[in-house]
Amino acid sequence: MIEVSHLTKRYGGRTAVEDLTFTVESGVVYGFLGPNGAGKSTTMNILAGCLAATEGKVTIDGFDIFDQPVKAKAKVGYLPEQPPLYTGMTVREYLSFVARAKGVRIPALEKELDRVLAVTGTVEVADRLIRNLSKGFRQRVGIAQALLADPSVVILDEPTVGLDPLQIVEIRQLIRSLGKDRTVILSTHILSEVQTVCDKVLMIHKGRLVASGTLAELEEQFAGRATYHITAKAGVLEAREALEPVPGVLEVTAREDGAGRCRLEVSVAGQAQDMDERLSFALSDRRIPVLRLEREQASLEDVFLALTQEADDPAADSPVEAGKGGRHHGGHL
Amino acid sequence: MAAIYEKELDSQLNGLTGYVYGALMLLFGGIYVMAIHLQGSIDFTTVLGSLTFIYLPGIPLLTMRSVAEERHQKTDQLLYSLPMSMTKIVLGKYLALVTVMAMPLAVLCLYPPIVNGMATSGAIPLKAAYGAMAGFFFLGMALAAIGLFISSLMESVGLAAGACFLVMLLLYFLSPLTSYVSSSALTSLLAFAVLALLLGIILWRMTRNPGFALAFSLALEGGLGVCYALWPGKFGGLFADVLGQLAVFDRFDSFTYDIFDIRSLVYYVTVAAVFVFLTVQSMERRRWAS
Repeated sequence: MIEVSHLTKRYGGRTAVEDLTFTVESGVVYGFLGPNGAGKSTTMNILAGCLAATEGKVTIDGFDIFDQPVKAKAKVGYLPEQPPLYTGMTVREYLSFVARAKGVRIPALEKELDRVLAVTGTVEVADRLIRNLSKGFRQRVGIAQALLADPSVVILDEPTVGLDPLQIVEIRQLIRSLGKDRTVILSTHILSEVQTVCDKVLMIHKGRLVASGTLAELEEQFAGRATYHITAKAGVLEAREALEPVPGVLEVTAREDGAGRCRLEVSVAGQAQDMDERLSFALSDRRIPVLRLEREQASLEDVFLALTQEADDPAADSPVEAGKGGRHHGGHL
Repeated sequence: MAAIYEKELDSQLNGLTGYVYGALMLLFGGIYVMAIHLQGSIDFTTVLGSLTFIYLPGIPLLTMRSVAEERHQKTDQLLYSLPMSMTKIVLGKYLALVTVMAMPLAVLCLYPPIVNGMATSGAIPLKAAYGAMAGFFFLGMALAAIGLFISSLMESVGLAAGACFLVMLLLYFLSPLTSYVSSSALTSLLAFAVLALLLGIILWRMTRNPGFALAFSLALEGGLGVCYALWPGKFGGLFADVLGQLAVFDRFDSFTYDIFDIRSLVYYVTVAAVFVFLTVQSMERRRWAS
């Protein structure tokens, strides 16, 4: 578990990270999401012990990264934005160096190397020079290096940047499988990556945490309104009369579809609960058959845009934790 | 620490640098030993005295990559994230350098008995020869620490090599230069003023904090001014004296006169310790403002 409290990092006069507070639970894949220059790499460097913070505290499994750096860092595997590879070594030489530097004893060394080589799918290149490897394999070797000595937390800074689509899919699968038995934090500015890989999201903008929570929570919490597409066997007027009184419904548009059916688009407030049931009950109470009822989710992209624009507005400065009663966002979009 | 040591040793011995260094030492060592043998001389210590100039290209060659290369390749990120103190990392690097330097010396150690075995008249006094060998090795240790520190200040390997070579050159010719330094009090003051400025620049490179470096430099200059105003007499010849103290290479001269000078060894160990410590500090500073 990682606990970050009031973390601030300033470079000269520029503030890269400001008053960041969050907790990372064990056994979850976290996505650290933010536009370029939001302070993602700075935060990750601090979590990995590569950078000192100006203010604030970071503890990893109870060890303070600044006061007990050796113990804290033993819990962390870190892949920086640029994999720190000694290109003149073979993969096996490099990994055995890192393993020994992380304190893996020689009797256990071979087994540990075989383990990470197998997990990252680098067995076939184990005896090749790193400088001759493709970018995808280098990235894997970088991840393999982070996994040595079995850290409970793995921090990956933009692990898929610069890879081709196939490699991206493979690395994402690898990250998902890592998340089964340890905490993984990966930073990215690619939204779809968060959607496919992560369980929870920490959104950061201009060095501040703007939102955190699971994907579903964020989407529900921050979409100003969601839209339902309903096809019902009823007249337009009848359907409108049934749906408009339902609490949470903002607007109903309907049009005839022929054969006694109508298509409805129902806008509801984003944070309204159980709308699926309420809408279908409202129709069935009037004995209107529902042929199709579909919720159109506000995408993570909408959430992200809304939040980053909002964070530019100086009035909004408190981070919002989804799932624990966020602010009212109705009609924001 | 063992892992860092082995990795550094490997990278010196897998690349050319370690071998070029060894080859230079052995080539010139061989030539000089042959020369004294042909002359019928038994003075092995002069061989070592002449060999010190190999340190001029040798030290930059060995030390240039130590830290600058890590920084350039961004592998220093890995070092910073290791569960290991920076002191151990720097010591591992330093000990690997010292080991590479010891290798050709081990071969040179065989020369005196070989020469003695072939000699028809007179033998090299082994005690003096090995005493001087120890002094030569300790001189190398001190210089290697200086080279390591310079490498830790630089972003690029080429820059580190150039700066290191200049510093070695300066140290090598420090005592002849000292005799040109005017002994007037005002020259001393000016020289110290320039040094204070240089120190400020080094500090600025290390901390990336121009304000602090400037304040430090100004404080030093101010202190110098006050001292000069109070005791102008003390400044006469002071700079030359200080330069004499800094002349690392000159400390070796006593060994060439068959004097085993323990104080010089202590001096070399002190210089090495100070610069290893400074390297650790320079690395740690990066953690604060990289």
